[in-house]
Amino acid sequence: MDSARYEAVAGAIAAPVVTKILIAGGFGVGKTTLVGAISEVRPLRTEEVLSEVGVGVDDTAVVEHKHTTTVAMDFGRITFPSGVVLYLFGTPGQERFWFMWDELAYGALGAVVLADTRRLADCFSSVDYFERRRTPFVVAANKFDGAPEYDTETIRDALDLDSDVPVLLCDARRRDSVKEILIASVTHSLTKHRAAAAHR
Amino acid sequence: MTDGGDRWLDREAGPVVRPYALTRGRTRPHGAALGLIDHVAAAGPLVVDARGLGPEHRRLLHLCRAPTAVAELASETDLPLGVVRVLLGDLLERGAVTVARPPAVCTLEESVMRSVLDGLRAL
Ligand SMILES: Nc1nc2c(ncn2[C@@H]2O[C@H](COP(=O)(O)OP(=O)(O)O)[C@@H](O)[C@H]2O)c(=O)[nH]1
Ligand SMILES: [Mg+2]
Repeated sequence: MDSARYEAVAGAIAAPVVTKILIAGGFGVGKTTLVGAISEVRPLRTEEVLSEVGVGVDDTAVVEHKHTTTVAMDFGRITFPSGVVLYLFGTPGQERFWFMWDELAYGALGAVVLADTRRLADCFSSVDYFERRRTPFVVAANKFDGAPEYDTETIRDALDLDSDVPVLLCDARRRDSVKEILIASVTHSLTKHRAAAAHR
Repeated sequence: MTDGGDRWLDREAGPVVRPYALTRGRTRPHGAALGLIDHVAAAGPLVVDARGLGPEHRRLLHLCRAPTAVAELASETDLPLGVVRVLLGDLLERGAVTVARPPAVCTLEESVMRSVLDGLRAL
């Protein structure tokens, strides 16, 4: 990538102090709901193209005849009085979306893996991803109506989580519940960060 | 589905779209790739040579009068991220926008984490 040219341009406006927390989990687990419950802007969504098409670029004929698949991404923002901006990015955790996660996870403060207790296996891939990348994460089990009432230790066992990974119950529709989840995520990241610093 | 109609048929792994007609088939921008939370700001109108700019370029210019994150621009224009990156690359190339890349390291500084924690608690 043309970084020299980029950096020359980059000086032009001041970069805000920003950070991001990732929201992962299977389909229908409540990612969009969670981001929307706390974002100061209306829940934003965008999409990323899954299959790389027409990499030979400038070949309009080729691209127009290839279909591309997209994946939705939720996006929320919280601006704190200190001027620090927290972005939330939510996207599915399935392995086929990991190419997107690499950009999202870069420089992320931490991650929240949303779990539906009726389908815990859906979040295995998210857990795997953050373990591998060593991104500090917490697991939040969304309390769906009619879902079995698991306690957090049962969920920890089912997901084979390390003992230091926080597991919480939440309701992604409620702002105060989402707030608690994010606080748990940052607290966990801070703890990990300090432990790593002490080791150096 | 509500917004976007059948483009969101399958919600997460949407149906097929052909978004790259807007970029004349280009899937990658000229120059450097823009990050999701890089902030883009329109240069003054006097700087901008509007020749060759499409309606989507103009729309983006209008939206980033104040510095705005790339992901936010994609959401506001309802265009795929990849398309927005290409269009912003065009604008960057002709000096119509400037970019600030938030330093990734600062998000992992203890002071930033503490500031986020205090901010969340006060919400
Ligand atoms: N009962 C209950 N329903 C929820 C909760 N979170 C989300 N939902 C519902 O579950 C559905 C899927 O949520 P959504 O946020 O779209 O999931 P996503 O696919 O992960 O983005 C929606 O109808 C939500 O209203 C929750 O905590 N409790
Ligand atoms: Mg969703």
